Amino acid sequence: MLILTPMTNLNEFKILRRGFLAGMLTTALVGPAYALDNATATKLVDEVVFEINQVINSGASEAKLIKAFEGIFAKYADVNIISRSALGPRARTASALELNKFSFAFRSYIARKYGRRFKEFVGSVIIVKNTTNRGKFFEVGAMVQAPSSAPFEVTFRVSDRSGKQLFFDIIIEGISLLSSERVEIGALLDARNGHIGRLTQDLSDLS
Amino acid sequence: MFRFEKYTIIFSFTGLLVLLSACSPQSGALVDDPFERMNRGTHEFNKGLDRDILSPISKGYGNFVPDSVEDIVSNFSSNLSLPGKVVNNVLQLDMPAAVTNTTRFVINSTLGLAGLFDPSDSIGLVGLDADFGQTLQRWGAEEGVYIEIPFFGPSNVRDGIGLIVGMVLLDPASYVLKAPVATYRAGSNVGAILQNRHTYGDQIDEVLYESADSYAQARLVYLQNRRFKLKDSTRDAYIDPYDEFE
Repeated sequence: MLILTPMTNLNEFKILRRGFLAGMLTTALVGPAYALDNATATKLVDEVVFEINQVINSGASEAKLIKAFEGIFAKYADVNIISRSALGPRARTASALELNKFSFAFRSYIARKYGRRFKEFVGSVIIVKNTTNRGKFFEVGAMVQAPSSAPFEVTFRVSDRSGKQLFFDIIIEGISLLSSERVEIGALLDARNGHIGRLTQDLSDLS
Repeated sequence: MFRFEKYTIIFSFTGLLVLLSACSPQSGALVDDPFERMNRGTHEFNKGLDRDILSPISKGYGNFVPDSVEDIVSNFSSNLSLPGKVVNNVLQLDMPAAVTNTTRFVINSTLGLAGLFDPSDSIGLVGLDADFGQTLQRWGAEEGVYIEIPFFGPSNVRDGIGLIVGMVLLDPASYVLKAPVATYRAGSNVGAILQNRHTYGDQIDEVLYESADSYAQARLVYLQNRRFKLKDSTRDAYIDPYDEFE
């Protein structure tokens, strides 16, 4: 920039240098700056969608679909925050160990519950459409074109507030996975008097 | 004179709706459900109706009636609902949709043999949904509190009023049709309901019979999906899980 514009006056140079130094400092403090923006949020969902498209059209058995979906969920979703949020206010008083164990059980519960439904989408194609900056997160919209039903909308919400770029909600025709699991896990927890340990144990039998 | 009375009734309903909306305190909240106890009672009634009657009959209908026949029955029902949709398109001043739905009605009623077939669909003239609940929303009415209506299921004050007004006042086909066509229409409506119940069977079963709290799950699914369809972003009440733990 400076080289290309020899007319740059000293003040501008100072501002640029200050900005550059501040940038260096930030980088040193928080590590490399892979800032989440429209492009990276879209790229993340592109990858998720690419893997899902591959899985649903692989002709694999239901068990393998579920396994594959669990892998995708573990790799691209912020399972920690999703599972904590599903527990609701009870998560605040839970121990780190309890939360960890629950998060692990929750991951395979989600994979079984939603992975099972993947077989309905065999032959479908998911196409990423648009990305919107919603302030604290990005929203990436996609269309699912299924062979036997009308096309429908799926939206991924992506954030880097965990330190990594991950999605934290999937919204299908307006219905949020996060909201739906908050209701479901909340009811299961109530039925166990708020006992997270018991819910964690029982979750392996539930789908 | 009659027409005048009809609109008087509609505006009275709208007035009532505005009053009811004013009573609901938490605008912007995900769920505003002060009548939960009563609603849960209605939910159990509706669930029993589905379990004992609708679900088993829809399985028989879906499995034994050929798909092509099911489609013909549903097409007939859907075609006769188009004039009502046009009325709502006009009330919403959505003229492009009014033109599309009118054209569909004309083509399907003639070339489609009184609506038994849907040739419009194959030339890209896809049906555009409209109902009076949506019209009320476009006019600025608030959603109001959540209600579960006997026989009809999850709703809210605005859509509940929309449902009644739409059926009773804003359905031109019901004024025009005489026996026996009116009876055929009623029959085809039942067929369409059965086909829908069968087509979306897995999703409906999951909400009603596989969730830990089917009332709360049905309420969530209804509200979020309805707001999505109406593009009602004023009630975007999705969870931001990071905010909760910051």
